[in-house]
Amino acid sequence: MYELLLAPFVDFEFMRRALAGTLALALGAGPIGVFLMLRRMSLVGDAMAHAILPGAAVGFLFSGLNLFAMTAGGLVAGCLVALLTGLVARMTELKEDAALATFYLLSLALGVTIVSVKGTNIDLLHVLFGSVLALDDQTLLLIAGNATLTLVVLALIYRPLIIECVDPGFLRSVSRAGAPAHLAFLALVVVNLVSGFHALGTLLAVGIMMLPAAIGRFWARDITLMIVVAAASGVVSGYVGLLLSFHTGVPSGPAIILVAGALYLLSVLFGQVGGLVRQALPRRHLEA
Amino acid sequence: MLTRRHLLIGSAALAALSALPALAQDKLKVLATFSILADFVRNVGGDRTEVAALVGSNNDAHVYAPAPADAKKVADAKVVITNGLGFEGWMTRLVQASGSKAMIIVATKGIAVRRAAGGHGDSDPHAWQSAANANVYVANIRDALTAADPAGADAYRAHAAAYLARLDALDAEVKQAVAAIPADRRRVISTHDAFGYFQQAYGIEFIAPQGVSTEAEPSARDVARIITQIKRQKIPAVFLENITDPRLMQRIAQETGARIGGKLFSDALTEEGGEAPSYIEMMRHNIKQISLALMS
Repeated sequence: MYELLLAPFVDFEFMRRALAGTLALALGAGPIGVFLMLRRMSLVGDAMAHAILPGAAVGFLFSGLNLFAMTAGGLVAGCLVALLTGLVARMTELKEDAALATFYLLSLALGVTIVSVKGTNIDLLHVLFGSVLALDDQTLLLIAGNATLTLVVLALIYRPLIIECVDPGFLRSVSRAGAPAHLAFLALVVVNLVSGFHALGTLLAVGIMMLPAAIGRFWARDITLMIVVAAASGVVSGYVGLLLSFHTGVPSGPAIILVAGALYLLSVLFGQVGGLVRQALPRRHLEA
Repeated sequence: MLTRRHLLIGSAALAALSALPALAQDKLKVLATFSILADFVRNVGGDRTEVAALVGSNNDAHVYAPAPADAKKVADAKVVITNGLGFEGWMTRLVQASGSKAMIIVATKGIAVRRAAGGHGDSDPHAWQSAANANVYVANIRDALTAADPAGADAYRAHAAAYLARLDALDAEVKQAVAAIPADRRRVISTHDAFGYFQQAYGIEFIAPQGVSTEAEPSARDVARIITQIKRQKIPAVFLENITDPRLMQRIAQETGARIGGKLFSDALTEEGGEAPSYIEMMRHNIKQISLALMS
């Protein structure tokens, strides 16, 4: 049992670092994912993850696989795409989803081009898939710092954010906090994706955000509990995924997301809130 | 007025173009299968030969797939120099397909063949990794060129003698560099399977990482195995080609205290101006990287 569950982390520093990184990532990304899901923006995360690529690529172009250059580039590109999308949606006939789709596809193509200009396909793969096994001090601090920032800011904008999920019209009538809260939230999405792409790469960073959120939806009606379940299942996925990678030789990033996927399937089947099995079972009628 | 002048310039250019192949035809056309052989041939043949390589610089002969244009190259050549020992498995078919009447020469004839590390009983084709073997290559190429072009015999002999002297100097240089490395540090962990002859000739041990798959993304298990092996066998340096992520190499180095070696060239030369544009420069580059990594 010890050999199976603990020894990898006791024996190898890189495993401890990977675990710490995924834990921090799950704590920050879980709540963000829940809000994305409740606002029917689940695919926005995916789109934004691709939108980050050209910024990270420009950073890569100037200084290789450098943490700060790639992070700063990713943040700028993500915010730029969010902004442009908002502008186009507001000022033209195009709806927000279509505007976002165009910009993220442009971003993705631009990013792949930029990486290919300097590096090779192999470099491109590093950017697309990240490497949870190679987290150094700086990257760990960045991920942990981002998670802390995320939780603090979420606590500050918690109320308007929830009201906007449920009834945006009401929020507009009683408060002007809606727009700033929305923008702060989008910034948090970008920050967490940037964290995620250091560990899991641009393709899978969204996985640690959305899968736990979807899992949480099946186990709780209350949003607080939903967030707790999401963060917890992210943590479990990270731990089990790393063990899976260690014992079977599956690449680590995909292993973490696959474990989350398995948890999700279990939740779809057996979840307390709207799980398939639960729906199929006959329920007692309420009697007066 | 203008159009007529253009016409004149154009036809002059055409005439010049058609004259070019006529000049080239005076030379002996030699085709080498890959860049290192082509470098040998150039050194022996000098101005009398026109050398082309099927698998050019920076390309891997292991994964090469012949294109129709290559069959034409084979058909045009007077002499084809191959490495043999199973290195160019595609060669026989290519020669048959091209209908070539060229002399096919196996440059490794007379070399003491090593069994490949894979344990399949196959011979290891990377014989050029020892400068002493390179002498055999050069002698074989000299004899082949002389047979195909007897008029140039003196030139080939002179060129080959000069080049062989440089190879001897290279051999001594590599041995000297190895002698400067403490005997207990002459070990590296490496995914290269091409350095068997190098190990045999110069005594640097190349240890393969055990049970590590060579696909692009290493798993946690792969990294753990490499780290354990480096620690257990106290290997001072790593040359890993399959782990291309510099961040991951950094992590392994920090966790084991082993030094990360630079890039080694095994099967292909680089372009002109690169780190290993010729055989001699390739060997110098490799031994320099190995010394740098192993010197305490």
